[in-house]
Amino acid sequence: MTAIDELFQRLKGSGKKAFMPFITAGDPNMAFTSKVLQRLEALGCSMAEVGFPYSDPIADGPVIQASYTRALGNKLKLQQIFDQIQSDRSERKMPLVAMVSYAIIHRQGQEGFIQAAKQAGFSGVIVPDLLVEESQTMSQLCRKHDFNLIQLVTPTTPRERALRIAEASSGFLYFVSVTGITGERTELPADLVDRVGWIKERTNLPICIGFGISKPEHVKLLAPVCDGLIVGSAIVRCLEKAGESQEQALASAEQLIASLLAALEPAKG
Amino acid sequence: MSTIDSTAPKIVDPKSTSSNPTTSASMQVPDASGRFGDFGGRYVPETLTRALEELVEEYQKARKDPDFQAELDELLHRFVGRPSPLYHAKRLSGLLGGAQIWLKREDLNHTGAHKINNTLGQALLTLRMKKTRVIAETGAGQHGVASATACAHFGLPCVVYMGAEDVRRQKPNVFSMRLMGAEVRPVESGSKTLRDAVNEAMRDWMSSVEHTHYIIGSVIGPHPFPQMVRDFQSVIGKECREQCLTSLGRLPDAIVACVGGGSNAAGMFYPFVQDTSVRLIGVEAGGRGQQSGEHASPLTYGSPGVLHGSYSYVMQDNDGQTSDVHSISAGLDYPGVGPEHSYWKDTKRVEYTSCRDDEAIESFDLLARNEGILTALETCHALAKAAQIAKTMTRDQHLVICLSGRGDKDAAELARLRGQEW
Ligand SMILES: Cc1ncc(COP(=O)(O)O)c(C=O)c1O
Repeated sequence: MTAIDELFQRLKGSGKKAFMPFITAGDPNMAFTSKVLQRLEALGCSMAEVGFPYSDPIADGPVIQASYTRALGNKLKLQQIFDQIQSDRSERKMPLVAMVSYAIIHRQGQEGFIQAAKQAGFSGVIVPDLLVEESQTMSQLCRKHDFNLIQLVTPTTPRERALRIAEASSGFLYFVSVTGITGERTELPADLVDRVGWIKERTNLPICIGFGISKPEHVKLLAPVCDGLIVGSAIVRCLEKAGESQEQALASAEQLIASLLAALEPAKG
Repeated sequence: MSTIDSTAPKIVDPKSTSSNPTTSASMQVPDASGRFGDFGGRYVPETLTRALEELVEEYQKARKDPDFQAELDELLHRFVGRPSPLYHAKRLSGLLGGAQIWLKREDLNHTGAHKINNTLGQALLTLRMKKTRVIAETGAGQHGVASATACAHFGLPCVVYMGAEDVRRQKPNVFSMRLMGAEVRPVESGSKTLRDAVNEAMRDWMSSVEHTHYIIGSVIGPHPFPQMVRDFQSVIGKECREQCLTSLGRLPDAIVACVGGGSNAAGMFYPFVQDTSVRLIGVEAGGRGQQSGEHASPLTYGSPGVLHGSYSYVMQDNDGQTSDVHSISAGLDYPGVGPEHSYWKDTKRVEYTSCRDDEAIESFDLLARNEGILTALETCHALAKAAQIAKTMTRDQHLVICLSGRGDKDAAELARLRGQEW
C-alpha cells in the first residue's frame, strides 16, 4: 500500500476529494520547488504532482512547455530533483507523484528509475507517453516495489479500452478532460461528467480529473463525480515569474489555489 | 583519368559476396506492435491511440484493395512522372575512375524530391478515413511542398509546421507551399528546426486528431508510420531493382542514400534487404565534427532511446533529454532516425557512416559541373560519400546513388555558406 492508496482510503472514509496541484520541478530551481511544495501542503493540498522537465513534451501546452524549457535552460539534472525531494522528505506528509516522459525513464532503466524515485520519496509515477500496451514491464516492476503506476484515459479512449486501462492502473486513474494538450480552458466538454460517471460505476480505483481545470466553476462541476482534481497550467503560470519575485509568484499561486480549494469545500459534505 | 580498361576481366569484389555473415535482417518487420526487432513501437499519449489504430486498420485494408493501389499507381505515373529514371552518370564515373555510378533520379519527380511518393499515399488514406484536414512537419520544406501539393490536388486544407530557422534557409519552398494554399506556421521553440516542427505538429494533432490526419514525412514516429512511409517509399527501390536488372543484367554492387529521418534510404534499401550481395550504405549528417551538438548522426554516434513516439537511435544526454544537433542541411538536421534503420544497423545489414558539412557542400559541384544536375544539400551527403566509395571500387562494378532531391531550393543558402553574392 502506497501513501497515495492510503490517502484515497482516508478521503473515502470522510467523503472528501483530493486536490492535486501540478508544478514543474526546477522552475526556476529546486530550492524554489521545495518551497512551493511546503506551501502547497500548508494550504491543505492532498497531494502534489511534480513534472520532470523534458526536452520534447508532446502532451504539454505552451505554459508547461515553457516551464520545462526554463528549468532545462538552468541545467536542471534528474539527480537534483531526486536529491531535493529526498532532503525534504522528513518534513512532508503529503504524497508526491512524478510526471515523467518515458524517454527519461528508459534512459535510467525502468527498475532503476522506480527505485530512485521511491527512495527520494515519490509514491507513484504518471508516464504520459507509455500506453497500456507498452506498460506491462513497468507495471510489474511498480507492483514489485510497491509504487503506483497511474495510467490515463482520454476522451478518445473507447469504453472497453478505458476499462482495460483502469485495470492496469494503480493509485488512481487519471481522467484527461479534453482532447488536447495541457493548458487552461474556459469551457470543459459537456459530456465530461457523464463519461467519468460511466467509468466510476465500473471501477473501484479512485478517479482524478485533470487538463484544463483552472476555475472554481470547474471544481464545483467536477468534484461530485470524481475522487480528485488536478490543476496544472493555471498554477505553473502563476509561478512562472518566480525568477523575478518568488514571493509574488507564490502569493498569486496561493490565491488561485485557495479559491479552488474553497470551491471544493461543499463537496466535502 | 582512369587507366583501367573497361574490358578488363571481372574481378570478384570480396565485399559483394558472402563475406558478410551476420545478415539476418528480415523483411517481415515490423510485428503487430510495430517492432523492428527491439526498435519502434508506440510511445505517444493515449489521446492519439485511437487515431493510430484507425490508421493501421485503414492502411491494412488499403494495401489489400486493388483499387487503392491502382489509384496510387496512376497518380505516381501521370502526376508525379514515375518511374523515375536510373541514369548512368558516365562523365562522373570516368572522372572518379572507380565504379560505374548510377543515379536514381527522385529529383525528377514532380515537386523535386522523393517526398511526394509518401504524401500522395497518405493523402489517399486521409480521404478513406474521411478526415477533412491535413497537418505536416517539414525541415527542408520538400515534405511540406509535397504535402501542400497532395492537399491541393485533393482539395484538403493543409497546415505545415516548419522551424523558424528552416523557414529562413529554405525560403523558396515556403513560397511554393503558400502558393498552393497551405498555411506555413513557423515554429519558434527549441532549436527552431525539424525536431521542433515535429513537436508542434504532434501537439496540433493532440487537439485535432478526430478530424485531422498528420502526414509524417519520414520513417519516424509511432507505429504504423515507420512501416507505412517505408512502404510508400519502396517504389524507389522496387523500380531501381528492376531497372538494374534491365540495364546491367544484374544487381548493383553498392547503393548509397542519405539518412535524415531515413525515408528515401528506407524506400531504396528495403527491396534489396535480402539481396545480400548488395552493399547498402546510409549517410548521416556529420556536421562540423564528432562532438555532440556538432552533427546529426544518431546511428553513428547516438544510443537507443525514445523520441517522437518510437524507440530508436537518438542523440541524447545521460538524463534522456534530446541533444541539440547541427547540419547545414535542414532535411538532415534531426536528432533521431527511423526505427528500421536502427534494426538494420544492429543486424549489420546496412552500413552507416556520416559526411561532414564541408564535404557535402563541396560535392554539390561534382554533379553540377560534370553532369548538369543541381543536387539538394541533403542528397549531397550521399553524393560525397558515394564518390569516396566509388574510388575504392573497380570500373566493372556498379554503384547506385539515391538522388533524393533537386538543389534549386538550396542555391541561395549555398551562396551564403560559400560567402558568395546571391
Ligand atoms: C531531398 C531530400 N533528401 C533527403 C531528405 C531527408 O529525409 P529522409 O531521410 O526521410 O529521406 C530530405 C528531407 O527533407 C530531402 O528533402
